Amino acid sequence: MPTVHRSVVYDWLRHDKKFPHVWCPGCGLGILLGSLVRALAEGGYDKNQVVLVSGIGCSGRLPVYVDVGSVHTTHGRALTFATGIKLAKPALKVIVVMGDGDATAIGGNHLIHAARRNLDLTAIIVNNLTYGMTGGQYSPTTPLGAKATTAPYGHSEPSFDISALTVTAGASFVARSTVYHVTQLDQMLGQAIKKKGFGVVEVLSPCHTNYGRQNRLGSQLEMMKGYKKQAVRMERWDKLSPAEREGRFAVGVLADREYPTFLETYQGAVERALAARREG
Amino acid sequence: MAAESSKTAGKGAGKTASRSGRKGQARLLQGNEAASLGALAAGCNFFAGYPITPASEITEFMSRELPARGDPFIQMEDEIASIGACVGASLAGRKAMTATSGPGFSLMQENLGYACIAETPLVVVNVMRGGPSTGLPTNVAQGDVQQARWGTHGDHPAIVFCPSSVSECFELMVRAFNMAERFRNPVIFLADEMVAHLREKVALPAEGDLEVIDRRRPTVPPDWYVPYKTDGSLIPRLADLGEGYRYHVTGLVHDERGFPTRRADEVEPFYARLFDKVSRHFDELMLTKEYSLDDAEIVLIAYGCTARSCRAAVRLGRERGLKLGLLQLLTLWPFPRQAVERALAGRRAALVPELNMGQISREVKRVNDGRTQVIRHSKMDGTMITPEEILGRMREVA
Repeated sequence: MPTVHRSVVYDWLRHDKKFPHVWCPGCGLGILLGSLVRALAEGGYDKNQVVLVSGIGCSGRLPVYVDVGSVHTTHGRALTFATGIKLAKPALKVIVVMGDGDATAIGGNHLIHAARRNLDLTAIIVNNLTYGMTGGQYSPTTPLGAKATTAPYGHSEPSFDISALTVTAGASFVARSTVYHVTQLDQMLGQAIKKKGFGVVEVLSPCHTNYGRQNRLGSQLEMMKGYKKQAVRMERWDKLSPAEREGRFAVGVLADREYPTFLETYQGAVERALAARREG
Repeated sequence: MAAESSKTAGKGAGKTASRSGRKGQARLLQGNEAASLGALAAGCNFFAGYPITPASEITEFMSRELPARGDPFIQMEDEIASIGACVGASLAGRKAMTATSGPGFSLMQENLGYACIAETPLVVVNVMRGGPSTGLPTNVAQGDVQQARWGTHGDHPAIVFCPSSVSECFELMVRAFNMAERFRNPVIFLADEMVAHLREKVALPAEGDLEVIDRRRPTVPPDWYVPYKTDGSLIPRLADLGEGYRYHVTGLVHDERGFPTRRADEVEPFYARLFDKVSRHFDELMLTKEYSLDDAEIVLIAYGCTARSCRAAVRLGRERGLKLGLLQLLTLWPFPRQAVERALAGRRAALVPELNMGQISREVKRVNDGRTQVIRHSKMDGTMITPEEILGRMREVA
């Protein structure tokens, strides 16, 4: 019998959802989508036990293409819906896709509390340094001095380091990669999805349509090459001087630790409640 | 003393807790406690909330009861997150509830709209206090009646129940869950501070005596499931996440398969069905009670704690020879138009006392259509309307 080769894409993407996708040609979200389904296939997950949740923005449109339960929620609130889903059905693998504005501006409060609570969720935060869907306004990760449609004279605020923020807030697993470093991205998504507790993967992804154009960063290809030049592996990053770190960023795993998860600690409360009832 | 006759209107309205209650089950309960017990009796097995007076007793009650049943309780970082978690839990098959007061209810409007468009059953308790903003915490008020109808942006159906006694807190909460599950729509349980904090003797029904409705789930195999395709009821079947029905849920207007659409020939029927699924079944939702209404010359129309003052006013007024009657609204939205029209017909006047600037009297005037004279009686000082105040207005009318 001939071997039938079924690709990961065929297995994991919806057949009844029309392509092409909504993103601009050259956008990194398509690469992330590929990386995500490879990580899911590699992890051997059951499609019926995976739920993808997203907020609003370009990244919010990602789950609809994947053949799993998908929930496209309100702006910034994806983690709150995901929290309800996970608590309702702890066996489900709940993965949340958000953008930088989505996760750290309007949803910033939910992000730090989800990390602190350490519920088993995977948060993929696509960081393109801008609000892409609304036309390139500045976000919490837009660098100081950069141009945006709401910062025509240069941005006046410093930016968030999403990974450092979630490490501090208490996430079990935090990693950063880019859509250029696809092999690494596949691995990190796999690790984060597998990890017990709250896992974060910050994914740098170019928005040449808005951020790149306004800041004269060239084509999508040139922006991707920029990631290649600027990204430094975590092991090397630690040895760099502040001057050497200028204009560069670290990729790799920032935190991988065993903290009690919400479901574990809540189970303790359930047992104490039941014991109290028995004692009457 | 004139005998007080009372009638309850509305399909299934006779199935009240007090009537089906067994002997020996009478308990002294606070409104918020009775509402919490009603939620559990209706099958509530998920709660997410954020502390706020005068609704915190419900959140605290659930934090004691749900862990003891092995069910999830969570205090979220704010009210936006609380209702978000409830929508997620409901989509995963739980019967979810959150409880708040005015400021928190304002924050919930965003995801309340999501629950409407994604047709997610859930119950939101809003124990009203004086607003706007931080307002008059935590004195009694009824200022959120129109917000409960129109608070979230965009046009949408709204189902809102309002109790005026502790036993109604229990009964209406069971009904709130039942109607949320039946219509796949959020239901707002709109209590006021006075009723929520009131303690009364309540006869709770035995579990078997309660009608508990669960959402209709798909019976077809996953491959055949079209999530928003409906039958004559116009209410689509809802699959739990993680049960093999891998479908898409979105806050965007969507086609029958759940995928976003902007096609006019799909958008128009989408909105039409969203409204029709409720309006075709109005008779299941409209709950009112009548007190001494048959021969009344002057009708009082009231809800919540104000209806209690009205009942006393009817009794006192009749002792003094004033033929008063009361129509109590238990359903505020959809507005019980037919019951109000009947109550207005042939009366000398109608008085609508409420703790706001006329949020329901405006509706009564809208449906009155020349039947009688409708008088608003507003009070906004953080205290209840007394029976004597109502009777004072009666002298003007008479």
